[in-house]
Amino acid sequence: MRFTLNGTAISLDVVGTRRLLDVLREDLHLTGTKEGCGEGECGACSVLIDGEVADSCLIAVGQVEGRAVTTVEGLADGGRLTALQQAFIEHGAAQCGICTPGMLLAAHVLLQQAQRLSAADVREGLAGNLCRCTGYTKIIDAVLACAK
Amino acid sequence: MREVNYLRPKNLAEAVQLYRTTPGCRLLAGGTDLMVMLHARTLRPEPRALLDVWSLPELKGVRRVNEALEIGAAESYTAIIRSPDVLRDLPALAAAARTIGAAQIQNRGTLGGNLANASPAGDTLPVLLAYDAVVVTDRRSIAIDTFFTGYRTTALQSDELITAVRFPLGRQVAFRKVGTRAAQAISKIVMAVSRSPARIAVGSVAEVPLRARRAETALDRGDVDGAVAAVAEDIRPIDDVRSTAAYRRAVTQNVLRELTQQ
Repeated sequence: MRFTLNGTAISLDVVGTRRLLDVLREDLHLTGTKEGCGEGECGACSVLIDGEVADSCLIAVGQVEGRAVTTVEGLADGGRLTALQQAFIEHGAAQCGICTPGMLLAAHVLLQQAQRLSAADVREGLAGNLCRCTGYTKIIDAVLACAK
Repeated sequence: MREVNYLRPKNLAEAVQLYRTTPGCRLLAGGTDLMVMLHARTLRPEPRALLDVWSLPELKGVRRVNEALEIGAAESYTAIIRSPDVLRDLPALAAAARTIGAAQIQNRGTLGGNLANASPAGDTLPVLLAYDAVVVTDRRSIAIDTFFTGYRTTALQSDELITAVRFPLGRQVAFRKVGTRAAQAISKIVMAVSRSPARIAVGSVAEVPLRARRAETALDRGDVDGAVAAVAEDIRPIDDVRSTAAYRRAVTQNVLRELTQQ
């Protein structure tokens, strides 16, 4: 099967019913994508598929045939962090870090889709991403710092 | 662990053919329920193949068909929420879709999946009942009030594939879900109500999403107090991890009163 991963076309020989999450981590060694609950509740495994956020634990890898997948490794341009990643650092928006990749991807979409964002918009937009350290306030501050 | 094959049909005709002829085949759409069960190996019988209908163009889209709005079975909740037709004609469906999971789930969850899964807690199912929606399959149309036959069982035949859901237009439906938090919650109770004709549909209060028939009879007479009293007898709630029977009964009555006053 073929798809685009972080901007690069790749070809894989895998069983199509395996979870995208497992193929990313085990076959492609992209371990930025985390497994939290494995049930679509926590958002730690969030990736972008054609620019829309989805839980990679709920996706059979065959389903991304021909599509564009972005993981947290694909956000930065080479070694240059995005403004959002920089804001996460500056606001102390990461504690244990398990939720951070998913938070970044969900927030990335939110910032791209919305003209203006309130704190309530950010809370709703990130509702599918749980932070087990409960560090939500700093995460929301970091996203708002990048919003218009 | 036995390998589960992945089948991706090119079009609906091929999907129908494969579904009829492949032993141990399960349909895969957005995967929000199925992939959890596949990974946990709790699907019974264990599937030998998943038939992926997620990308089939025939199962996408929102379209006007005569005096009805038809939504493709594999259209995502996000697309439903963004559809101007849904927002204008079926606002209660958009409201229900917005309460499902969060962005990650709304981007993948589908009406066809919610129906086939037939969970008594399925958030869109009371809305479908209140609108008198019709389930369109590869071979027939099924009235929604005959679709749910028992706990997670449906009127679908074993090789029958849902293609769309058809909603008659011109009905006012109110919706309310009560859960632990606004997002990512499985409902304690979920309700959709139409005043005329009277439809009172409730989820998470029985083994199926149900119509509260005695309460509907009262509401048809304009007797809201009678409907609120009767609904407690129509439902069959239980104590479980999310709530208690007593709470569900009380909240069902309160939500019914609230929705009939809108």
